[in-house]
Amino acid sequence: MGEQLLQLLFSGLTVGSIYSLMGLSIVSLFNITGILNLAQGEFVVIGALIAVSLCSIGMPMIVVFPVSILLAALLGGLIERLTINRARGASNLNMLIITIGISISLRGLALLIWGTDTYSLPAFTKGGPLFLGGAALNPQSIWIFALAVVNFAGMYLFFEHTYWGKAVKASVNNRTGARLQGINPHTISLLAFVTAGGLGAAAGVSIGPITMVTYDMGFMLGVKGFVAAAIGGLSNVSGAVIGGLFLGILEAFSSGLISSSLKDAISIIILILVLLFRPEGIIGAKRERKI
Amino acid sequence: MLRIKNLSVYYGYVHAIKDISLEVKEGELLVILGANGAGKSTLLGTAAGLIKPAAGEILFNNKAVTGQTSEQIVSKGISLIPEKREIFTTLTVLDNLLLGAFHRYRKNKEGLKNDIKEILGIFPALKGRERDLAGSLSGGLQQMLAIGRGLMSRPALLLLDEPSVGLAPLIVQEIMAILVNLKKTGVTIVLVEQNTKSALKVADSVLVMERGGITHRGSPLEITANSSIQEAYLGRARS
Ligand SMILES: Nc1ncnc2c1ncn2[C@@H]1O[C@H](COP(=O)(O)OP(=O)(O)OP(=O)(O)O)[C@@H](O)[C@H]1O
Ligand SMILES: [Mg+2]
Repeated sequence: MGEQLLQLLFSGLTVGSIYSLMGLSIVSLFNITGILNLAQGEFVVIGALIAVSLCSIGMPMIVVFPVSILLAALLGGLIERLTINRARGASNLNMLIITIGISISLRGLALLIWGTDTYSLPAFTKGGPLFLGGAALNPQSIWIFALAVVNFAGMYLFFEHTYWGKAVKASVNNRTGARLQGINPHTISLLAFVTAGGLGAAAGVSIGPITMVTYDMGFMLGVKGFVAAAIGGLSNVSGAVIGGLFLGILEAFSSGLISSSLKDAISIIILILVLLFRPEGIIGAKRERKI
Repeated sequence: MLRIKNLSVYYGYVHAIKDISLEVKEGELLVILGANGAGKSTLLGTAAGLIKPAAGEILFNNKAVTGQTSEQIVSKGISLIPEKREIFTTLTVLDNLLLGAFHRYRKNKEGLKNDIKEILGIFPALKGRERDLAGSLSGGLQQMLAIGRGLMSRPALLLLDEPSVGLAPLIVQEIMAILVNLKKTGVTIVLVEQNTKSALKVADSVLVMERGGITHRGSPLEITANSSIQEAYLGRARS
């Protein structure tokens, strides 16, 4: 029994790290641009599919990882210039609808290029599972967890300890004030999407070895990331990370102990409950404004 | 230094600036007076690139800057301290000042520490508050921070939009004295004010605006002597 629970905890933490990564990207883009990016899941899928193609021409994983991130980051930037930037000044609702459009287009593009096949990606490190307390832990889970930690720490360092991070915070706090100092909000929006693309690919390439990759898996990932973000109140980065882990563990335990058909229903139920009763998030306090 | 020719600015159908021409000479402190809604902020905002003009030309050191963005204009040497101050309330005083140097940050990071020291020398009241959040400062200190942040861009031309609004007379005096000292260091200043008396004391020349146009120009003495202006502005605002 104890081993089974530990096993569920491990798989919950693995899936939870994936959701945390998704939530982290969604929240930081939202904080910086005010845009709720419903295409974040597609960035993940495109990143993973690019990696699939790079692997198939024989590139080693150590090269595939950064190259896919780079390409997806470029794609993120390109999309920002072609859509979000064109719609400057549009309401947040319109921006949200634009991101839905981006998501549909990217899914279509992925279908055209990669088809409906299910692809797999090689794990970062060879070797079988580790056994801890009688439960098996996939080494790739550790990589995913590490990526979530690095991502979180990197974001913290960027915002708290770099000049550019402060410029971004300034632009979020007071757009006019920032413009008057020469901080260009359009450049910041571009960088935010470049980062979202890159982080999405990093997540995609890391989870690919565990989840397999199909052109249409982005939607559900996006939903889970959104739920993780909503648990943290949408603007709280640590809230989204904790929210993601919480959601992953909850899913693992409910499908392990009750029924696996509950898995996706759980997140939707949580989302509805949060939006109904605590729209400011379960974790963390309310914050007022963004750009 | 700054020449504005036949400038017109609209907000939708509101004609906020009507065919204004003016010149700011290098090294002077020009005061612009005018009632609420006269178009003073719109004029400064347009010169600083926040608002796009419908017609006219803005020349800075004989080069056209008309229609450029505020990000471009600040790097040319014009800095606006806006009416609402627009400081970064969620950032520290130090970060606010550092970000004032954003447009030149890549070129010279090293000079920043000295510049901060210099600014704190100009505004000693900010000393010891560097780590505090800007939003926690009093109104007077926030205004000083706004000016200090503007100075961090090393402007040749400083545009100030009603810096004395809401501040105690003693602090207004302090700020005016600082502006006079800044002028001595070679910064050209345009000061928009309703707090007329204290502004006229430091002015080299004065413009009076009314409903989007300029109605009077002259030296502070001429403006003070003009009875219609006396009645409209000087009788009301006391400092
Ligand atoms: N964002 C805006 N949208 C529409 N009309 C505006 C806007 N800002 C200003 N106006 C109008 O333009 C005119 C000039 O306004 P402006 O703020 O430039 O005046 P001001 O001289 O700075 O006044 P105050 O002394 O109150 O600051 C006013 O009639 C005002 O109502
Ligand atoms: Mg005004």
